[in-house]
Amino acid sequence: MGMTMVEKIIAAHTEHETVKPGQIVNARVDMILGNDVTTPVAIKEFEKIGVDMVFDKDRIAIVPDHFTPNKDIKSAEQVKMIREFARKHKITYYFEVGRMGIEHCLLPEQGLALPGEIIIGADSHTCTYGALGALGTGVGSTDLAAAMATGHLWFRVPETIKFVYNGKLNKWVSGKDLILYTIGDIGVDGALYKAMEFTGEAIESLSMDARMTMSNMAIEAGGKCGLIACDEKTEAYLKNRAVREYTPYYSDPDAEYARVIEYDVSKIEPQVAFPHLPENTRPVSEAGGVKIDQAVIGSCTNGRMEDLRIAAEILDGRKIHPDVRCIIFPGTQEIYMEALKEGLIEIFIAAGAAVSTPTCGPCLGGHMGILASGERAISTTNRNFVGRMGHPESEVYLASPAVAAASAVKGYITHPEEVV
Amino acid sequence: MKLKGKVFKYGDNVDTDVIIPARYLNTSDPAELAKHCMEDIDKDFASKVEPGDIIIGGRNFGSGSSREHAPLAIKASGVSCVIAKSFARIFYRNAINIGLPILISPEAAENIEAGARIEVDLDTGTITELESGRTFQADPFPEYMQELIKAGGLIEKVKREVGQWQE
Repeated sequence: MGMTMVEKIIAAHTEHETVKPGQIVNARVDMILGNDVTTPVAIKEFEKIGVDMVFDKDRIAIVPDHFTPNKDIKSAEQVKMIREFARKHKITYYFEVGRMGIEHCLLPEQGLALPGEIIIGADSHTCTYGALGALGTGVGSTDLAAAMATGHLWFRVPETIKFVYNGKLNKWVSGKDLILYTIGDIGVDGALYKAMEFTGEAIESLSMDARMTMSNMAIEAGGKCGLIACDEKTEAYLKNRAVREYTPYYSDPDAEYARVIEYDVSKIEPQVAFPHLPENTRPVSEAGGVKIDQAVIGSCTNGRMEDLRIAAEILDGRKIHPDVRCIIFPGTQEIYMEALKEGLIEIFIAAGAAVSTPTCGPCLGGHMGILASGERAISTTNRNFVGRMGHPESEVYLASPAVAAASAVKGYITHPEEVV
Repeated sequence: MKLKGKVFKYGDNVDTDVIIPARYLNTSDPAELAKHCMEDIDKDFASKVEPGDIIIGGRNFGSGSSREHAPLAIKASGVSCVIAKSFARIFYRNAINIGLPILISPEAAENIEAGARIEVDLDTGTITELESGRTFQADPFPEYMQELIKAGGLIEKVKREVGQWQE
């Protein structure tokens, strides 16, 4: 019997030749990630373990990105604590404000997430690295502490659901639409405890940016990871970035899957997830012109160059609707600089949008765009839970950068083709 | 070990954003977090919960963010145990790692009402509704997790292992 990609990756990080779903193993981890919300809790736990130093200063990344630039005194204290920890342990990959990015945009860009690796992060969207053929998965702060001390962590080997995306994408349909459609189909716990494997000609046609958007939201279906096999696009992306050697793994043709789900992407139109679950998806043509107060474009889901280019294509020469605040967050300083050189930032500002330094900010209701009661946002982020972007009586509608930008112009949720 | 308390009952997909909203994540002090536990779906939870009380949820309890502040807030609020039809995977790990007992029992979650007083036997996984005497059985933990729980959580387990290496 063959093995799936995730089974091979896990086996390669243990003393086992093969592993099977349900088995619990202690595996070596290649990269460990913490942020300003989760690392402070981890540091307290780390200090109880009784080791002097972290297991490997080159395999830990600490990114203060949630409440940074520090939004208040308490946040500043939290970041101060992790900064001091990073200095004490000489953490190589500590990223300071001004040289940082939103963690899941930043790690791939810096070549710190590589095919075949196990990357754990005390952040649920660590599954983003599945787009590079890595087992990236979210864990908690205690897991982070244990892994920083030992370089190992326990994993339950997941079953895999294989998704096959056939056909050609329609104009304005992106990786975001495919993943929203998928979550709408299987539900927010449709892949609970399982690995998702995204395959098919439509996936092969996606850019690395779009693939990262898809893998990023595997957690919104309950998935442990969202894997896409390494191909020539992955290799090209990693050339001049990868900081380590890597070994890609591929599912065997006779691997056993829990389910195989096929979609014809030519039938999919841009999607919108209505409050308060990512599974509440509708085609944008059935969104009913919901009036919006805010449009957020960015985040670890959609803060990459391709996302900004699409938003700029729509906003170029147009104006944000007078009743809408449009806030755009490039994912990293490098992306920000590239967008600046390409003239995208000028397009955004000329259209009447606010452009921010990279931060998780409004995505989780942290800062930089909090909603008041009764307000509605269309957002390229990943969650639309109750109170996610602010007041418990506010609403978040999830969509692609194209739909968000078009809606920002119209003032209500709209299909990009109505604007361009 | 037996736990006894009254039930706070919630539906499916109770996410970590409602268990502890991000606006309070600028601290990791459990007592501070407990003051705001569940507030976006149940304003009265923090004032009504008593030590030993038990939360019952539906499917996919603890979905969303990896924030360990969520099980920490629940534990610090005095809740002794969470029972649900299923748990989101990161919440499941976090709860076990920090020593918050969690049990999977679709039958208990379906049948036990809010306000009921129940007893949970963690050794056997038996859940008893005290007034009616009805019992429900929870899924047993895999062996590895039983060891983790017995060790007193992940940090205690790692501490022992590290101690052994250092010797």
